[in-house]
Amino acid sequence: MSIAKRKSKRPIVAGVLATLALPARADWSLLNMPKGVSTLSREIYDIHMLMLWICLAIAVVTFGAMIVAMIRFRKSRGAVADQKLLHNARLEAAWTIIPVLILIGMAIPSVEKLVMIEDTSGSGLTVKVTGHQWYWQYEYLGSGVSFYSRLARESDVARQRGSGIDPATIENYLRDVDKPLVLPTGVKIRMLLTANDVIHAWWVPDFGMKRDAIPGFINEMWISVDADKPGTYRGQCAELCGADHGFMPIVVVAKPKAEFDAWLSSQKQEAGATLAATE
Amino acid sequence: MAEHGPPKGVVRWLTTTNHKDIGTMYLVFSLLMFMIGGAFAFVIRSELFQPGLQFVDPAFFNQMTTMHALVMVFGAVMPATVGLANWMIPLQIGAADMALPRMNLFSFWLLAFAFLLLLSTFLMPGGAPASGWTLYPPLVLQTGQAFPLAIFSIHLMGASSIMGAINVIVTIVNMRAPGMTLLKMPLFSWSWLITAYLLIAVMPVFAGAVTMLLTDYYFHTSFFNAAGGGDPVLFQHVFWFFGHPEVYIMILPAFGIVSEIIPTFSRKPIFGYEAMVFAIASIAFLSFIVWAHHMFTVGMPLAGQLFFTLSTMLIAVPTGVKIFNWTMTMWRGSLSFEPPMLFALAFLFLFTIGGFSGLMLAIVPADLQYHDTYFVVAHFHYVLVPGSVFALMAAVYYWLPKWTGHLYDMTLAKVHFWLSAIFVNVLFFPQHFLGLAGMPRRIPDYASQFADWNMVSSIGAFGFGLSQLLFVWLIVKCVRGGERATAGVWDWPHGLEWTVPSPAPYHTFEKSPEIH
Amino acid sequence: MNAPDRKSNRSLAARLVLMALGSFAFGFALVPLYDVFCEVTGIGTREQLSRAGTADGQTPVVGRTVIVEFTASVPAGGWEFEPVAVTMEVQPGRLYETHYRARNISGHATTGQAVPSIAPARAARYFVKTECFCFTPQHFARDEEREMAVRFVVDRELPPGIDRLTLSYAFYNSGIS
Repeated sequence: MSIAKRKSKRPIVAGVLATLALPARADWSLLNMPKGVSTLSREIYDIHMLMLWICLAIAVVTFGAMIVAMIRFRKSRGAVADQKLLHNARLEAAWTIIPVLILIGMAIPSVEKLVMIEDTSGSGLTVKVTGHQWYWQYEYLGSGVSFYSRLARESDVARQRGSGIDPATIENYLRDVDKPLVLPTGVKIRMLLTANDVIHAWWVPDFGMKRDAIPGFINEMWISVDADKPGTYRGQCAELCGADHGFMPIVVVAKPKAEFDAWLSSQKQEAGATLAATE
Repeated sequence: MAEHGPPKGVVRWLTTTNHKDIGTMYLVFSLLMFMIGGAFAFVIRSELFQPGLQFVDPAFFNQMTTMHALVMVFGAVMPATVGLANWMIPLQIGAADMALPRMNLFSFWLLAFAFLLLLSTFLMPGGAPASGWTLYPPLVLQTGQAFPLAIFSIHLMGASSIMGAINVIVTIVNMRAPGMTLLKMPLFSWSWLITAYLLIAVMPVFAGAVTMLLTDYYFHTSFFNAAGGGDPVLFQHVFWFFGHPEVYIMILPAFGIVSEIIPTFSRKPIFGYEAMVFAIASIAFLSFIVWAHHMFTVGMPLAGQLFFTLSTMLIAVPTGVKIFNWTMTMWRGSLSFEPPMLFALAFLFLFTIGGFSGLMLAIVPADLQYHDTYFVVAHFHYVLVPGSVFALMAAVYYWLPKWTGHLYDMTLAKVHFWLSAIFVNVLFFPQHFLGLAGMPRRIPDYASQFADWNMVSSIGAFGFGLSQLLFVWLIVKCVRGGERATAGVWDWPHGLEWTVPSPAPYHTFEKSPEIH
Repeated sequence: MNAPDRKSNRSLAARLVLMALGSFAFGFALVPLYDVFCEVTGIGTREQLSRAGTADGQTPVVGRTVIVEFTASVPAGGWEFEPVAVTMEVQPGRLYETHYRARNISGHATTGQAVPSIAPARAARYFVKTECFCFTPQHFARDEEREMAVRFVVDRELPPGIDRLTLSYAFYNSGIS
């Protein structure tokens, strides 16, 4: 695809990004759901593919029958209607019962995965996400580190109507922020979600999970990034939240645990310094 | 009884209580709204043609998506089904008119004024509602001066729909010709009887929900405000308790239409009539217990998620029964492919695709990825456009000769069909890819990787939109003249509506027909 | 219109009016029905929901601790509001006390109301607040700052799958002043 080509031409950041993101997405990247880089995203991908194949199989059978009927029983081919074919108890029972069985087959794997999705125990880090119109706020609970994350300036200028800037010239147009969320890889991370004004939803497709951030309440979900998949992952707000709903991206930089710890303590010092300066 | 015609000129349309006139007014109104809603869609797809903001501001874009949905749902699809009900139910059950003709007229004009109000919100400071047709608080409470007008227009639409529904029920229950038992009734009338019950059950719920919004906005109540002990999610529950049956209100009459057309052009009665009736009734029942599948991301208890997943999947069973029965109706039939049949067949295939994506959306873990993406947009447009709208077009092509007394231009109709059927897929199929690749819905601008498929989708939209002008032209042409249609019109007409002359006289079945 | 018709119309109208009144009355009849519903489904009776929980009958569970995190938000502004302790390791069944610090920065005297929320949501019914500043509106003088207490016990019956829970308060200006 042209986008991938464009990315790979860019030397440093984009090159790393593309190499990291592409193997996971392979050829399907613009047609199918990403497999993602977390336990949950893979589970979700698997169930998505299972459903897709089942639906395709059913489609072949039903559409096949319709097409056969349309070809074989044409009046122009001299077909004469069998006016007595009005009921067939066995057939009707079969196409009521078989779908029920298929549906049960589809539902069972999802139960187990749902239990897994809802189980937030054993987490190693809690991050509180607050949605604002129209930016995100991240707080590493218990560390005093908290910051805002807004649409990157370059995109923000280019997206104005009549800016005269071709979005294609902006790297990661609308998918870049001034300060990304940094997360450790290989750690189960508990995300607490809330909002300040209206409902938002935090979503990075590569992590598989999406949950609403509702003003006045906290919601909870967990995500993880595979230990061997550090990198930059992008998403955006997924619940209509007003005029600039399309312009509050999410960027997550996943770092190995040690690097993350170093980053967090440097942030803590910075926060401490700012606090000291203001007091 | 002396035959007396309608008054002449505009007075006829303002004062008529004739079911055929009111049906015509509903249908024309619906076509007008289809064009207006289509114009909004045109703005949306133009803006999304390529990345960057070219034509409109994000705030106006949101007004477009919101009004597109409200106009299409409440202005185009629902009134079209009501128009068909008005025209066809009395003809199908052998009644002289609808049971409550004055209320019938009243409900039409309420609807017309409701839309005058709703569309006038574009002129208000702050513009039209921009919170999506789902009107979720707290966002909807940021609407400007348009807010009370939008709410009031929803109240009027609701009142109009309820009146229409009462009229259908009373007509069907009381005015069937002697011998027309319920289980002899044509499936279109059956589907509308059940739809009418759905309407009566859920429109008041919607009215209640928006009234609570109104008091939250003006009287400082806190139904949906956490600060006062309320909960924004409560609105979503109440809204979707209305909203899910609402989608069946739009699709059940379509099921009825397809169940009329497929037998006619297969020259063979419907397969499994009782099962078809039972399937509609079960779908209607199930529609009340699946609402929370629209909101799997709000953070629901595990048991709730499982319940709503399972109940939603269960809907696939009666829907499957319908699809299989339609297929079986064609089996060993004698098929011909006139325009109504073409649209009904496209419905069969494309609605089923929408059904498959619906099944996928029902599974919670996967829905956590799909939710609020273009995958959802693709899904509900598949069930609504090549679903409901195609069925409505099929109905127009099926009954137009009966209404006007003229045969329409079959070649033009087939051209319209093929253009519509091709472009509707160019328009909506790529949206599955966009959603899966991570494009959220309701955004005016997008990241570069979504550019290609958006452009394809927009091209499909322009093609589909322009093709509909053929439809309008064809109808105008057919009203003005054409080859005379016989009473039966089609090769294998079945049902009472084909026993009256074409065009159907102003008064029909003043003496109850004989049913065998 | 003849007499029997008029009579039947009148009785129909009367029945319709009765039905409307009945529906209206039914709205009130629902109140006790909701009470029963909430009690049966375990949401709790009205008394349970409106009064503070108690630690009665709770004895600490030996050998199990859970982490309780505290967080705060001020959606509408006008306040500085934060937990004094960020996390606590607690034993289910034991009574604890912690504080939130609030400062009125609105520039005038005002009243605040805290709205609690617990994650995961299924832990909410096991998180019993015996005393909380969120039970009543809190009046603050201009620029006043103070600490407010919450006493809580995590129920012994807390499901085993939960090892960490979060208490969050959203602090709003109260309608009452």
